[in-house]
Amino acid sequence: MSITVRYFASLRERVGRAEDHLEAAGNDTAGGVWSRAVPDQAIPDRVLIAINQEYADADHPVGDGDEVAFFPPVTGG
Amino acid sequence: MPISLHPEAFDPWALLGEYQSRLPAGGFGATAVFVGTMRDFNEGDDVRAMTLEHYPGMTEKHLQDITTEARKRWDLDDCLIAHRVGPIEPGDPIVLTAVWSAHRKAAFEACRYLMEELKHRAPFWKQETLKDGATRWVEKNTEG
Repeated sequence: MSITVRYFASLRERVGRAEDHLEAAGNDTAGGVWSRAVPDQAIPDRVLIAINQEYADADHPVGDGDEVAFFPPVTGG
Repeated sequence: MPISLHPEAFDPWALLGEYQSRLPAGGFGATAVFVGTMRDFNEGDDVRAMTLEHYPGMTEKHLQDITTEARKRWDLDDCLIAHRVGPIEPGDPIVLTAVWSAHRKAAFEACRYLMEELKHRAPFWKQETLKDGATRWVEKNTEG
């Protein structure tokens, strides 16, 4: 098992890939996952975060097997 | 199926008619409908095409959640959301929300609710292709 990290839309282009896989560290948060997965870029100000497809804050815990997604404000409809 | 994503062009009016024909006749007295269609202009620029990206799984789940919440807030007979994904062109329908209820108040209010919640929460992203072929991501929704 590991943590799946996904990026969408303009954030995917900015990061340069759609997905990462990280080993769970045991005390991960969503914001911490970003820092480990994208160490060369600060987490964007207006980023939205989803853990297992539910919206979450940056300080929300992340466990082994979780999917964490980062994306810009949504613009559907 | 009250939630659907359409990778190809879809006809909201046909979908609406077909869906309504399966609802119990005489059970509802009001149908409220919103259809969003792609414009060929945005932010002062000519727009030639657009690509709608989504988050498979999360998008459907949140559309489903929005309909469930609407049915808790208002006394509705049924509701429907259809949304286009992938490459689209000006004039193409993007989104359909529809609500059936006994009376117009719940129908109008719930239809607006479905659309506004979709705009705020459902993970879709628009990338526009401008006249000169350049692409840009739409950064925020219009005020309404």
